[in-house]
Amino acid sequence: MKRPPKHAPSRIGSTADLRSFQRMMATAIVRPLTAEDHLQPRWIDGRPMDSVAAEFIKPNDRLTSFERLQLYNRMYWFRLFDAIRDDCPGLLAALGERAFSRLAQAYLERCPSRSFTLRDLCSRLERFILDNPRLTAPRTALAAEIARFEWAQTVAFDGEARPVVAPEHIARTPPSRLRLGLQPYVTLLRLRYPIDSYVIAVKRRDALRAEASNTRGDAAVVHRAFRRVARPRSGLTHVAVHRHNNRLFYKRLDPGAFRVLEALGAGRTLSSAIAAAGPGARPEQVKGWFKSWMTLGWFCAHGNKRRRAAS
Amino acid sequence: MPANRFNGHSDYGIGIGLRVPHYTHILSKKPVVDWFEIISENFMVEGGRPLQLLDSILEQYRVVQHGVSMYFGSADKPDRTHLRRLKALVKRTKTPWLSDHLCWGSVDGTYTHDLLPMPYTFAAARRTAEKIRQIRDYLEVPICVENVSSYAEFHASEMTEWEFLTEVVELADCGILLDVNNIYVSSKNHGFNPYDYVNNVPHHRVGQMHIAGHTKFEKYILDTHDHPVLDPVWKLYAHATRLCGITATLLEWDDKIPSFDEVHGEALKANEFIDGAKKAAV
Repeated sequence: MKRPPKHAPSRIGSTADLRSFQRMMATAIVRPLTAEDHLQPRWIDGRPMDSVAAEFIKPNDRLTSFERLQLYNRMYWFRLFDAIRDDCPGLLAALGERAFSRLAQAYLERCPSRSFTLRDLCSRLERFILDNPRLTAPRTALAAEIARFEWAQTVAFDGEARPVVAPEHIARTPPSRLRLGLQPYVTLLRLRYPIDSYVIAVKRRDALRAEASNTRGDAAVVHRAFRRVARPRSGLTHVAVHRHNNRLFYKRLDPGAFRVLEALGAGRTLSSAIAAAGPGARPEQVKGWFKSWMTLGWFCAHGNKRRRAAS
Repeated sequence: MPANRFNGHSDYGIGIGLRVPHYTHILSKKPVVDWFEIISENFMVEGGRPLQLLDSILEQYRVVQHGVSMYFGSADKPDRTHLRRLKALVKRTKTPWLSDHLCWGSVDGTYTHDLLPMPYTFAAARRTAEKIRQIRDYLEVPICVENVSSYAEFHASEMTEWEFLTEVVELADCGILLDVNNIYVSSKNHGFNPYDYVNNVPHHRVGQMHIAGHTKFEKYILDTHDHPVLDPVWKLYAHATRLCGITATLLEWDDKIPSFDEVHGEALKANEFIDGAKKAAV
Protein backbone atom coordinates (compact mmCIF):
# COMPACT_ATOMS: atom_id res chain seq x y z
CA MET A 1 0.00 0.00 0.00
CA LYS A 2 1.30 3.44 -0.90
CA ARG A 3 2.04 5.98 1.77
CA PRO A 4 -1.11 7.81 2.91
CA PRO A 5 -1.50 11.58 2.52
CA LYS A 6 -0.39 13.77 5.41
CA HIS A 7 -4.02 14.66 6.07
CA ALA A 8 -7.24 12.91 5.05
CA PRO A 9 -9.03 14.88 2.32
CA SER A 10 -11.66 17.13 3.87
CA ARG A 11 -13.73 16.83 0.69
CA ILE A 12 -13.99 13.75 -1.52
CA GLY A 13 -14.75 15.14 -4.96
CA SER A 14 -12.88 12.68 -7.17
CA THR A 15 -11.65 9.11 -7.35
CA ALA A 16 -8.20 10.39 -6.43
CA ASP A 17 -9.63 11.91 -3.22
CA LEU A 18 -11.42 8.64 -2.51
CA ARG A 19 -8.16 6.74 -2.93
CA SER A 20 -6.34 9.12 -0.58
CA PHE A 21 -9.08 8.73 1.99
CA GLN A 22 -8.96 4.95 1.70
CA ARG A 23 -5.16 4.90 2.00
CA MET A 24 -5.43 6.96 5.17
CA MET A 25 -8.01 4.74 6.80
CA ALA A 26 -6.49 1.44 5.63
CA THR A 27 -3.08 2.50 6.93
CA ALA A 28 -4.63 3.16 10.33
CA ILE A 29 -6.51 -0.14 10.34
CA VAL A 30 -3.56 -2.36 9.44
CA ARG A 31 -1.12 -0.76 11.89
CA PRO A 32 -0.32 -3.19 14.72
CA LEU A 33 -2.25 -2.88 17.95
CA THR A 34 -0.46 -1.90 21.15
CA ALA A 35 0.33 -4.58 23.72
CA GLU A 36 -3.03 -3.78 25.32
CA ASP A 37 -4.85 -4.25 22.00
CA HIS A 38 -5.42 -0.54 21.50
CA LEU A 39 -4.99 1.67 18.47
CA GLN A 40 -1.50 3.12 18.50
CA PRO A 41 -1.40 6.48 20.30
CA ARG A 42 0.70 8.17 17.59
CA TRP A 43 0.25 8.39 13.83
CA ILE A 44 3.10 7.47 11.46
CA ASP A 45 4.35 11.08 11.51
CA GLY A 46 4.30 11.28 15.30
CA ARG A 47 1.11 13.32 15.69
CA PRO A 48 -1.35 12.21 18.38
CA MET A 49 -3.64 9.59 16.89
CA ASP A 50 -6.77 11.03 18.47
CA SER A 51 -6.33 14.28 16.53
CA VAL A 52 -5.57 12.39 13.29
CA ALA A 53 -8.68 10.21 13.71
CA ALA A 54 -10.79 13.29 14.48
CA GLU A 55 -9.75 14.80 11.13
CA PHE A 56 -11.83 12.30 9.19
CA ILE A 57 -14.02 10.30 11.58
CA LYS A 58 -16.97 11.84 13.38
CA PRO A 59 -17.35 11.12 17.08
CA ASN A 60 -20.76 10.39 18.56
CA ASP A 61 -22.22 10.79 22.05
CA ARG A 62 -20.66 7.48 23.17
CA LEU A 63 -17.46 6.99 21.20
CA THR A 64 -14.61 9.29 20.22
CA SER A 65 -13.22 9.27 16.69
CA PHE A 66 -10.22 7.37 18.06
CA GLU A 67 -12.45 4.69 19.62
CA ARG A 68 -14.46 4.26 16.43
CA LEU A 69 -11.30 3.78 14.38
CA GLN A 70 -9.98 1.41 17.04
CA LEU A 71 -12.96 -0.90 16.51
CA TYR A 72 -11.90 -1.46 12.92
CA ASN A 73 -8.22 -1.75 13.86
CA ARG A 74 -9.04 -4.49 16.39
CA MET A 75 -11.38 -6.36 14.07
CA TYR A 76 -8.67 -6.42 11.39
CA TRP A 77 -6.04 -7.93 13.64
CA PHE A 78 -8.33 -10.34 15.44
CA ARG A 79 -9.70 -11.61 12.11
CA LEU A 80 -6.27 -12.13 10.56
CA PHE A 81 -4.80 -13.68 13.69
CA ASP A 82 -7.69 -16.15 13.76
CA ALA A 83 -7.12 -17.01 10.11
CA ILE A 84 -3.39 -17.60 10.48
CA ARG A 85 -3.90 -19.72 13.61
CA ASP A 86 -6.48 -21.83 11.81
CA ASP A 87 -4.11 -22.41 8.89
CA CYS A 88 -0.97 -23.08 10.95
CA PRO A 89 -1.73 -25.30 13.95
CA GLY A 90 1.60 -27.10 13.55
CA LEU A 91 3.60 -23.89 13.51
CA LEU A 92 1.72 -22.62 16.54
CA ALA A 93 2.45 -25.83 18.43
CA ALA A 94 6.13 -25.80 17.51
CA LEU A 95 6.80 -22.16 18.37
CA GLY A 96 4.45 -21.72 21.29
CA GLU A 97 1.92 -18.96 21.79
CA ARG A 98 4.26 -16.00 22.32
CA ALA A 99 6.73 -16.68 19.54
CA PHE A 100 3.93 -17.55 17.14
CA SER A 101 2.08 -14.31 17.90
CA ARG A 102 5.26 -12.30 17.40
CA LEU A 103 5.88 -14.03 14.07
CA ALA A 104 2.27 -13.63 12.92
CA GLN A 105 2.24 -9.93 13.71
CA ALA A 106 5.54 -9.29 11.96
CA TYR A 107 4.43 -11.33 8.94
CA LEU A 108 1.07 -9.62 8.59
CA GLU A 109 2.66 -6.23 9.09
CA ARG A 110 5.24 -6.72 6.36
CA CYS A 111 3.28 -9.06 4.10
CA PRO A 112 -0.32 -7.85 4.33
CA SER A 113 -2.91 -9.76 2.36
CA ARG A 114 -2.73 -9.19 -1.40
CA SER A 115 -5.54 -11.59 -2.24
CA PHE A 116 -9.32 -11.30 -2.10
CA THR A 117 -9.37 -14.54 -0.12
CA LEU A 118 -7.90 -15.34 3.29
CA ARG A 119 -7.11 -18.77 1.86
CA ASP A 120 -3.91 -17.24 0.43
CA LEU A 121 -2.84 -15.55 3.66
CA CYS A 122 0.04 -17.92 4.43
CA SER A 123 1.38 -18.31 0.91
CA ARG A 124 4.47 -16.20 1.69
CA LEU A 125 5.02 -17.33 5.27
CA GLU A 126 7.84 -19.80 4.61
CA ARG A 127 9.83 -17.18 2.66
CA PHE A 128 9.22 -14.62 5.39
CA ILE A 129 10.46 -17.00 8.10
CA LEU A 130 13.65 -17.70 6.15
CA ASP A 131 14.21 -13.99 5.49
CA ASN A 132 13.68 -13.09 9.16
CA PRO A 133 15.36 -15.88 11.09
CA ARG A 134 15.59 -14.02 14.40
CA LEU A 135 11.80 -14.23 14.78
CA THR A 136 11.91 -18.01 15.06
CA ALA A 137 15.45 -18.63 16.31
CA PRO A 138 16.65 -21.18 17.27
CA ARG A 139 13.99 -23.13 15.39
CA THR A 140 14.00 -21.32 12.07
CA ALA A 141 14.60 -24.38 9.89
CA LEU A 142 11.84 -26.31 11.62
CA ALA A 143 9.44 -23.37 11.48
CA ALA A 144 10.07 -22.81 7.77
CA GLU A 145 9.47 -26.47 7.00
CA ILE A 146 6.22 -26.54 8.95
CA ALA A 147 5.04 -23.37 7.18
CA ARG A 148 5.85 -24.96 3.83
CA PHE A 149 4.06 -28.15 4.81
CA GLU A 150 0.95 -26.33 6.05
CA TRP A 151 0.77 -24.25 2.88
CA ALA A 152 1.01 -27.49 0.86
CA GLN A 153 -2.09 -28.67 2.72
CA THR A 154 -4.00 -25.60 1.56
CA VAL A 155 -2.94 -26.30 -2.01
CA ALA A 156 -3.91 -29.97 -1.70
CA PHE A 157 -7.32 -29.08 -0.26
CA ASP A 158 -8.62 -27.01 -3.13
CA GLY A 159 -5.91 -26.80 -5.80
CA GLU A 160 -6.64 -27.42 -9.43
CA ALA A 161 -7.10 -30.98 -10.70
CA ARG A 162 -6.24 -31.43 -14.37
CA PRO A 163 -7.41 -34.29 -16.59
CA VAL A 164 -5.49 -37.44 -15.77
CA VAL A 165 -3.21 -38.73 -18.52
CA ALA A 166 -4.68 -41.89 -20.08
CA PRO A 167 -2.64 -45.08 -19.54
CA GLU A 168 -2.88 -45.70 -23.29
CA HIS A 169 -1.06 -42.44 -23.97
CA ILE A 170 1.72 -43.49 -21.64
CA ALA A 171 1.86 -46.97 -23.16
CA ARG A 172 2.15 -45.80 -26.75
CA THR A 173 4.65 -42.96 -26.22
CA PRO A 174 8.35 -43.88 -26.18
CA PRO A 175 9.81 -43.18 -22.69
CA SER A 176 12.54 -41.09 -24.27
CA ARG A 177 9.86 -38.66 -25.53
CA LEU A 178 7.17 -38.95 -22.87
CA ARG A 179 6.83 -36.01 -20.46
CA LEU A 180 4.29 -36.12 -17.65
CA GLY A 181 3.07 -33.33 -15.44
CA LEU A 182 2.13 -33.65 -11.80
CA GLN A 183 -1.29 -32.54 -10.64
CA PRO A 184 -1.14 -28.94 -9.33
CA TYR A 185 -2.60 -30.07 -6.00
CA VAL A 186 0.36 -32.41 -5.34
CA THR A 187 3.33 -30.84 -3.56
CA LEU A 188 6.59 -32.75 -3.18
CA LEU A 189 8.53 -31.90 -0.05
CA ARG A 190 12.06 -32.88 0.88
CA LEU A 191 12.16 -32.13 4.60
CA ARG A 192 14.83 -32.17 7.27
CA TYR A 193 12.24 -33.13 9.87
CA PRO A 194 9.33 -35.62 9.81
CA ILE A 195 6.80 -32.81 9.67
CA ASP A 196 4.00 -35.08 8.50
CA SER A 197 4.08 -37.14 11.69
CA TYR A 198 4.38 -34.02 13.79
CA VAL A 199 1.38 -32.29 12.19
CA ILE A 200 -0.70 -35.45 12.59
CA ALA A 201 0.21 -35.55 16.30
CA VAL A 202 -0.73 -31.89 16.72
CA LYS A 203 -4.06 -32.40 15.00
CA ARG A 204 -4.81 -35.39 17.23
CA ARG A 205 -3.92 -33.32 20.29
CA ASP A 206 -6.13 -30.46 19.14
CA ALA A 207 -9.02 -32.84 18.46
CA LEU A 208 -8.61 -34.24 21.96
CA ARG A 209 -8.53 -30.71 23.32
CA ALA A 210 -11.82 -29.98 21.57
CA GLU A 211 -13.22 -33.17 23.03
CA ALA A 212 -12.02 -32.12 26.48
CA SER A 213 -13.93 -28.89 26.21
CA ASN A 214 -17.08 -31.01 26.08
CA THR A 215 -16.06 -33.15 29.04
CA ARG A 216 -14.88 -30.56 31.51
CA GLY A 217 -15.52 -32.80 34.48
CA ASP A 218 -12.96 -35.38 33.38
CA ALA A 219 -9.65 -34.03 34.71
CA ALA A 220 -7.61 -36.84 33.16
CA VAL A 221 -8.96 -36.12 29.70
CA VAL A 222 -8.28 -32.43 30.10
CA HIS A 223 -4.73 -33.12 31.29
CA ARG A 224 -3.98 -35.35 28.31
CA ALA A 225 -5.58 -32.90 25.93
CA PHE A 226 -3.29 -30.06 26.89
CA ARG A 227 -0.09 -32.06 26.84
CA ARG A 228 2.48 -30.51 24.55
CA VAL A 229 3.40 -32.43 21.41
CA ALA A 230 7.15 -33.03 21.36
CA ARG A 231 8.89 -31.14 18.58
CA PRO A 232 10.23 -33.45 15.89
CA ARG A 233 13.87 -34.49 15.84
CA SER A 234 15.73 -34.09 12.59
CA GLY A 235 15.39 -36.86 10.04
CA LEU A 236 15.35 -36.58 6.26
CA THR A 237 11.82 -37.14 5.05
CA HIS A 238 10.37 -37.23 1.55
CA VAL A 239 6.66 -36.70 1.37
CA ALA A 240 3.94 -35.77 -1.10
CA VAL A 241 1.05 -33.71 0.26
CA HIS A 242 -1.98 -34.48 -1.92
CA ARG A 243 -5.64 -35.35 -1.90
CA HIS A 244 -7.52 -38.45 -2.90
CA ASN A 245 -11.29 -38.59 -3.18
CA ASN A 246 -11.14 -35.01 -1.88
CA ARG A 247 -9.50 -36.03 1.39
CA LEU A 248 -6.12 -34.74 2.43
CA PHE A 249 -3.21 -37.21 2.60
CA TYR A 250 0.52 -37.18 3.28
CA LYS A 251 2.33 -39.90 1.34
CA ARG A 252 5.84 -40.84 2.39
CA LEU A 253 8.10 -41.46 -0.59
CA ASP A 254 11.25 -43.45 -1.09
CA PRO A 255 14.10 -40.98 -1.89
CA GLY A 256 14.46 -42.55 -5.33
CA ALA A 257 10.75 -42.24 -6.00
CA PHE A 258 10.91 -38.60 -4.89
CA ARG A 259 13.70 -37.91 -7.37
CA VAL A 260 11.68 -39.49 -10.18
CA LEU A 261 8.65 -37.34 -9.43
CA GLU A 262 10.81 -34.26 -9.00
CA ALA A 263 12.42 -34.88 -12.39
CA LEU A 264 9.04 -35.40 -14.07
CA GLY A 265 7.76 -32.21 -12.49
CA ALA A 266 10.79 -30.38 -13.84
CA GLY A 267 9.87 -31.46 -17.35
CA ARG A 268 12.33 -34.28 -17.91
CA THR A 269 11.34 -37.25 -20.07
CA LEU A 270 10.15 -40.47 -18.48
CA SER A 271 13.39 -42.32 -19.24
CA SER A 272 15.48 -39.47 -17.89
CA ALA A 273 13.31 -39.21 -14.78
CA ILE A 274 13.57 -42.92 -14.07
CA ALA A 275 17.33 -42.67 -14.36
CA ALA A 276 17.18 -40.05 -11.60
CA ALA A 277 16.00 -42.76 -9.21
CA GLY A 278 19.59 -43.95 -9.07
CA PRO A 279 21.24 -47.30 -9.56
CA GLY A 280 19.70 -48.77 -6.43
CA ALA A 281 16.16 -48.66 -7.79
CA ARG A 282 14.99 -52.03 -9.04
CA PRO A 283 12.72 -52.17 -12.13
CA GLU A 284 9.95 -53.91 -10.18
CA GLN A 285 10.16 -51.24 -7.53
CA VAL A 286 9.90 -48.42 -10.09
CA LYS A 287 6.96 -50.21 -11.72
CA GLY A 288 5.25 -50.35 -8.33
CA TRP A 289 5.77 -46.62 -7.78
CA PHE A 290 4.21 -45.76 -11.09
CA LYS A 291 1.30 -48.12 -10.51
CA SER A 292 0.57 -46.37 -7.23
CA TRP A 293 0.90 -42.85 -8.70
CA MET A 294 -1.31 -43.77 -11.65
CA THR A 295 -3.95 -45.13 -9.26
CA LEU A 296 -3.84 -41.88 -7.34
CA GLY A 297 -4.29 -39.91 -10.55
CA TRP A 298 -1.17 -37.83 -10.05
CA PHE A 299 -0.17 -37.50 -13.71
CA CYS A 300 -1.57 -34.91 -16.05
CA ALA A 301 -0.34 -33.42 -19.29
CA HIS A 302 3.01 -31.72 -18.96
CA GLY A 303 2.75 -27.95 -19.27
CA ASN A 304 3.56 -24.65 -17.67
CA LYS A 305 2.87 -24.96 -14.00
CA ARG A 306 4.04 -23.71 -10.71
CA ARG A 307 7.22 -25.17 -9.26
CA ARG A 308 6.62 -28.78 -8.32
CA ALA A 309 9.23 -29.62 -5.77
CA ALA A 310 10.64 -27.74 -2.85
CA SER A 311 13.67 -28.88 -0.96
CA MET B 1 -43.14 -7.63 -6.26
CA PRO B 2 -40.68 -10.43 -5.41
CA ALA B 3 -39.77 -11.20 -9.00
CA ASN B 4 -38.06 -8.23 -10.58
CA ARG B 5 -35.21 -7.59 -12.97
CA PHE B 6 -32.81 -7.14 -10.07
CA ASN B 7 -33.22 -10.71 -8.88
CA GLY B 8 -33.44 -12.25 -12.32
CA HIS B 9 -37.26 -12.35 -12.24
CA SER B 10 -36.99 -15.21 -9.79
CA ASP B 11 -39.55 -16.02 -7.13
CA TYR B 12 -37.51 -17.19 -4.18
CA GLY B 13 -38.89 -17.46 -0.65
CA ILE B 14 -36.99 -17.90 2.58
CA GLY B 15 -33.46 -19.27 2.48
CA ILE B 16 -30.52 -19.75 4.80
CA GLY B 17 -26.78 -19.47 4.45
CA LEU B 18 -24.94 -22.67 3.51
CA ARG B 19 -22.48 -23.24 6.35
CA VAL B 20 -19.91 -25.97 7.09
CA PRO B 21 -21.49 -27.37 10.31
CA HIS B 22 -24.66 -28.19 8.37
CA TYR B 23 -23.09 -29.93 5.35
CA THR B 24 -23.53 -33.47 6.65
CA HIS B 25 -27.10 -32.87 7.73
CA ILE B 26 -28.08 -31.28 4.42
CA LEU B 27 -26.50 -33.97 2.27
CA SER B 28 -27.79 -36.89 4.33
CA LYS B 29 -31.25 -35.67 5.39
CA LYS B 30 -32.01 -33.54 2.35
CA PRO B 31 -34.22 -31.09 4.27
CA VAL B 32 -36.70 -28.98 2.34
CA VAL B 33 -35.17 -25.52 1.99
CA ASP B 34 -36.32 -23.02 -0.59
CA TRP B 35 -32.80 -21.85 -1.38
CA PHE B 36 -29.30 -21.53 -0.01
CA GLU B 37 -27.07 -18.49 -0.12
CA ILE B 38 -23.41 -19.35 -0.58
CA ILE B 39 -20.44 -17.11 0.14
CA SER B 40 -18.92 -16.90 -3.32
CA GLU B 41 -15.32 -16.68 -2.08
CA ASN B 42 -15.61 -20.07 -0.33
CA PHE B 43 -16.11 -21.70 -3.71
CA MET B 44 -13.87 -19.56 -5.93
CA VAL B 45 -11.25 -22.30 -5.87
CA GLU B 46 -9.86 -24.52 -8.57
CA GLY B 47 -10.82 -27.93 -7.27
CA GLY B 48 -11.20 -30.26 -4.32
CA ARG B 49 -13.89 -30.76 -1.75
CA PRO B 50 -15.50 -27.28 -1.85
CA LEU B 51 -16.53 -27.70 -5.48
CA GLN B 52 -17.55 -31.32 -5.00
CA LEU B 53 -19.80 -30.26 -2.15
CA LEU B 54 -21.22 -27.36 -4.12
CA ASP B 55 -22.09 -29.65 -7.02
CA SER B 56 -23.91 -31.99 -4.63
CA ILE B 57 -25.91 -29.06 -3.27
CA LEU B 58 -26.67 -27.76 -6.77
CA GLU B 59 -28.14 -31.13 -7.71
CA GLN B 60 -30.89 -30.64 -5.15
CA TYR B 61 -31.20 -26.99 -4.21
CA ARG B 62 -31.42 -23.49 -5.63
CA VAL B 63 -28.36 -21.42 -4.78
CA VAL B 64 -27.73 -17.68 -4.79
CA GLN B 65 -24.23 -16.22 -4.61
CA HIS B 66 -23.31 -13.60 -2.04
CA GLY B 67 -19.84 -12.07 -2.07
CA VAL B 68 -17.74 -10.42 0.60
CA SER B 69 -14.73 -9.08 -1.28
CA MET B 70 -15.78 -7.35 -4.49
CA TYR B 71 -15.48 -4.00 -2.74
CA PHE B 72 -17.57 -1.98 -5.17
CA GLY B 73 -16.58 1.15 -3.26
CA SER B 74 -12.80 0.73 -3.42
CA ALA B 75 -11.05 3.27 -5.61
CA ASP B 76 -8.99 0.40 -7.08
CA LYS B 77 -10.02 -1.15 -10.37
CA PRO B 78 -11.77 -4.53 -10.14
CA ASP B 79 -9.33 -7.42 -9.68
CA ARG B 80 -9.31 -9.40 -12.94
CA THR B 81 -8.39 -12.70 -11.30
CA HIS B 82 -11.24 -12.25 -8.89
CA LEU B 83 -13.70 -11.49 -11.67
CA ARG B 84 -12.56 -14.42 -13.78
CA ARG B 85 -13.04 -16.85 -10.92
CA LEU B 86 -16.34 -15.28 -9.96
CA LYS B 87 -17.66 -15.64 -13.49
CA ALA B 88 -16.69 -19.31 -13.56
CA LEU B 89 -18.66 -19.79 -10.36
CA VAL B 90 -21.66 -17.87 -11.72
CA LYS B 91 -21.73 -20.25 -14.66
CA ARG B 92 -21.50 -23.22 -12.32
CA THR B 93 -24.27 -22.15 -9.93
CA LYS B 94 -26.49 -20.37 -12.47
CA THR B 95 -27.27 -17.91 -9.71
CA PRO B 96 -30.25 -15.76 -10.78
CA TRP B 97 -28.67 -12.72 -9.18
CA LEU B 98 -25.49 -11.95 -7.31
CA SER B 99 -24.98 -9.75 -4.30
CA ASP B 100 -22.07 -8.04 -2.60
CA HIS B 101 -21.65 -5.11 -0.27
CA LEU B 102 -21.76 -1.36 -0.68
CA CYS B 103 -18.41 -0.85 0.95
CA TRP B 104 -14.70 -0.78 0.36
CA GLY B 105 -11.98 -2.99 1.83
CA SER B 106 -8.86 -2.84 -0.30
CA VAL B 107 -6.53 -0.15 -1.53
CA ASP B 108 -3.50 -0.42 -3.81
CA GLY B 109 -4.10 -4.18 -3.89
CA THR B 110 -3.84 -4.63 -0.12
CA TYR B 111 -6.88 -6.30 1.42
CA THR B 112 -8.30 -5.64 4.88
CA HIS B 113 -10.88 -8.45 4.58
CA ASP B 114 -13.41 -6.14 6.18
CA LEU B 115 -16.56 -4.40 4.93
CA LEU B 116 -15.54 -0.80 5.51
CA PRO B 117 -18.07 2.05 5.35
CA MET B 118 -18.01 4.53 2.51
CA PRO B 119 -17.75 8.28 2.73
CA TYR B 120 -21.19 9.24 1.42
CA THR B 121 -20.20 11.64 -1.35
CA PHE B 122 -21.37 12.14 -4.91
CA ALA B 123 -17.93 11.39 -6.33
CA ALA B 124 -17.74 8.13 -4.36
CA ALA B 125 -21.23 7.21 -5.56
CA ARG B 126 -20.25 7.84 -9.19
CA ARG B 127 -17.10 5.74 -8.89
CA THR B 128 -18.94 2.93 -7.11
CA ALA B 129 -21.77 2.88 -9.65
CA GLU B 130 -19.28 2.80 -12.50
CA LYS B 131 -17.60 -0.27 -10.99
CA ILE B 132 -20.90 -2.03 -10.42
CA ARG B 133 -21.81 -1.49 -14.08
CA GLN B 134 -18.42 -2.79 -15.24
CA ILE B 135 -18.68 -5.86 -13.07
CA ARG B 136 -22.27 -6.60 -14.04
CA ASP B 137 -21.42 -6.28 -17.73
CA TYR B 138 -18.56 -8.74 -17.29
CA LEU B 139 -20.46 -11.24 -15.15
CA GLU B 140 -23.70 -10.99 -17.15
CA VAL B 141 -25.90 -11.43 -14.09
CA PRO B 142 -28.09 -8.96 -12.16
CA ILE B 143 -26.38 -7.43 -9.13
CA CYS B 144 -27.89 -6.40 -5.81
CA VAL B 145 -25.77 -4.27 -3.46
CA GLU B 146 -26.10 -4.74 0.27
CA ASN B 147 -26.00 -1.98 2.88
CA VAL B 148 -23.38 -2.78 5.53
CA SER B 149 -23.46 -2.26 9.27
CA SER B 150 -20.97 0.36 10.34
CA TYR B 151 -19.24 1.78 13.37
CA ALA B 152 -17.84 5.01 11.93
CA GLU B 153 -19.10 8.02 10.01
CA PHE B 154 -16.99 10.53 8.15
CA HIS B 155 -16.77 14.31 8.07
CA ALA B 156 -16.46 14.17 4.29
CA SER B 157 -19.95 12.67 3.83
CA GLU B 158 -22.37 14.84 1.88
CA MET B 159 -25.58 12.84 2.43
CA THR B 160 -27.20 10.15 4.56
CA GLU B 161 -26.42 6.49 4.05
CA TRP B 162 -29.79 5.78 2.46
CA GLU B 163 -29.37 8.72 0.10
CA PHE B 164 -25.96 7.35 -0.85
CA LEU B 165 -27.37 3.86 -1.42
CA THR B 166 -30.12 5.35 -3.59
CA GLU B 167 -27.64 7.46 -5.56
CA VAL B 168 -25.45 4.43 -6.25
CA VAL B 169 -28.20 2.03 -7.29
CA GLU B 170 -29.90 4.63 -9.50
CA LEU B 171 -26.62 5.48 -11.25
CA ALA B 172 -25.69 1.82 -11.62
CA ASP B 173 -29.26 0.74 -12.37
CA CYS B 174 -28.83 -2.22 -10.06
CA GLY B 175 -30.78 -3.84 -7.26
CA ILE B 176 -30.62 -3.62 -3.49
CA LEU B 177 -30.05 -6.39 -1.00
CA LEU B 178 -31.72 -4.69 1.93
CA ASP B 179 -30.16 -5.93 5.17
CA VAL B 180 -32.62 -4.84 7.81
CA ASN B 181 -30.39 -6.01 10.64
CA ASN B 182 -27.56 -3.85 9.30
CA ILE B 183 -29.91 -0.88 9.12
CA TYR B 184 -30.91 -1.44 12.72
CA VAL B 185 -27.31 -1.87 13.91
CA SER B 186 -26.13 1.27 12.12
CA SER B 187 -29.14 3.25 13.32
CA LYS B 188 -28.17 2.54 16.91
CA ASN B 189 -24.48 3.23 16.28
CA HIS B 190 -25.14 6.51 14.48
CA GLY B 191 -28.38 7.68 16.01
CA PHE B 192 -30.77 7.76 13.07
CA ASN B 193 -34.28 6.41 12.73
CA PRO B 194 -34.13 3.02 10.94
CA TYR B 195 -37.64 3.58 9.56
CA ASP B 196 -36.42 6.72 7.77
CA TYR B 197 -33.86 4.50 6.04
CA VAL B 198 -36.38 1.86 4.98
CA ASN B 199 -38.95 4.47 3.92
CA ASN B 200 -36.55 6.33 1.68
CA VAL B 201 -34.80 3.69 -0.42
CA PRO B 202 -36.24 2.86 -3.88
CA HIS B 203 -38.44 -0.08 -2.96
CA HIS B 204 -38.85 -1.32 -6.50
CA ARG B 205 -35.11 -2.06 -6.61
CA VAL B 206 -35.07 -4.36 -3.60
CA GLY B 207 -34.31 -7.84 -4.91
CA GLN B 208 -33.50 -9.56 -1.64
CA MET B 209 -33.48 -8.98 2.12
CA HIS B 210 -31.19 -10.15 4.89
CA ILE B 211 -32.11 -10.73 8.49
CA ALA B 212 -29.67 -11.66 11.28
CA GLY B 213 -28.87 -11.38 14.96
CA HIS B 214 -26.54 -8.85 16.55
CA THR B 215 -24.85 -8.21 19.89
CA LYS B 216 -25.31 -5.15 22.10
CA PHE B 217 -22.36 -3.71 23.93
CA GLU B 218 -22.33 -0.77 26.29
CA LYS B 219 -21.49 1.86 23.69
CA TYR B 220 -22.25 0.22 20.36
CA ILE B 221 -23.87 -2.74 18.63
CA LEU B 222 -21.87 -5.28 16.63
CA ASP B 223 -23.24 -7.16 13.66
CA THR B 224 -22.20 -10.58 14.95
CA HIS B 225 -24.65 -12.95 13.20
CA ASP B 226 -24.46 -15.24 16.22
CA HIS B 227 -27.96 -14.88 17.68
CA PRO B 228 -31.57 -15.29 16.69
CA VAL B 229 -33.12 -12.24 15.06
CA LEU B 230 -34.10 -9.65 17.67
CA ASP B 231 -37.59 -8.28 17.95
CA PRO B 232 -36.88 -4.74 16.68
CA VAL B 233 -35.28 -6.25 13.57
CA TRP B 234 -38.35 -8.41 12.91
CA LYS B 235 -40.52 -5.31 13.20
CA LEU B 236 -38.32 -3.45 10.77
CA TYR B 237 -38.43 -6.44 8.43
CA ALA B 238 -42.22 -6.47 8.58
CA HIS B 239 -42.25 -2.78 7.72
CA ALA B 240 -39.81 -3.28 4.83
CA THR B 241 -41.90 -6.17 3.52
CA ARG B 242 -45.01 -4.01 3.55
CA LEU B 243 -43.19 -1.37 1.49
CA CYS B 244 -41.19 -3.57 -0.86
CA GLY B 245 -43.52 -6.50 -1.25
CA ILE B 246 -42.75 -10.07 -0.35
CA THR B 247 -39.08 -10.47 -1.15
CA ALA B 248 -36.55 -13.30 -1.18
CA THR B 249 -35.27 -13.35 2.39
CA LEU B 250 -32.15 -14.88 3.85
CA LEU B 251 -31.22 -15.48 7.48
CA GLU B 252 -27.51 -15.05 8.20
CA TRP B 253 -26.10 -17.08 11.12
CA ASP B 254 -22.31 -17.24 10.89
CA ASP B 255 -20.95 -17.76 14.38
CA LYS B 256 -21.95 -20.03 17.30
CA ILE B 257 -23.99 -21.84 14.67
CA PRO B 258 -26.69 -24.06 16.19
CA SER B 259 -28.32 -27.09 14.55
CA PHE B 260 -29.64 -26.88 11.04
CA ASP B 261 -33.22 -27.18 12.30
CA GLU B 262 -32.77 -24.29 14.70
CA VAL B 263 -31.34 -22.01 12.03
CA HIS B 264 -33.99 -22.98 9.50
CA GLY B 265 -36.74 -22.60 12.09
CA GLU B 266 -35.53 -19.10 12.90
CA ALA B 267 -35.54 -18.19 9.21
CA LEU B 268 -39.05 -19.51 8.72
CA LYS B 269 -40.34 -17.09 11.35
CA ALA B 270 -40.19 -14.59 8.52
CA ASN B 271 -43.34 -16.25 7.15
CA GLU B 272 -45.31 -14.72 9.99
CA PHE B 273 -44.37 -11.24 8.82
CA ILE B 274 -44.85 -12.09 5.18
CA ASP B 275 -48.38 -13.29 5.98
CA GLY B 276 -48.96 -10.01 7.80
CA ALA B 277 -47.82 -8.08 4.73
CA LYS B 278 -50.13 -10.17 2.53
CA LYS B 279 -53.13 -9.40 4.73
CA ALA B 280 -52.25 -5.73 4.81
CA ALA B 281 -52.11 -5.70 1.02
CA VAL B 282 -55.61 -7.19 0.65
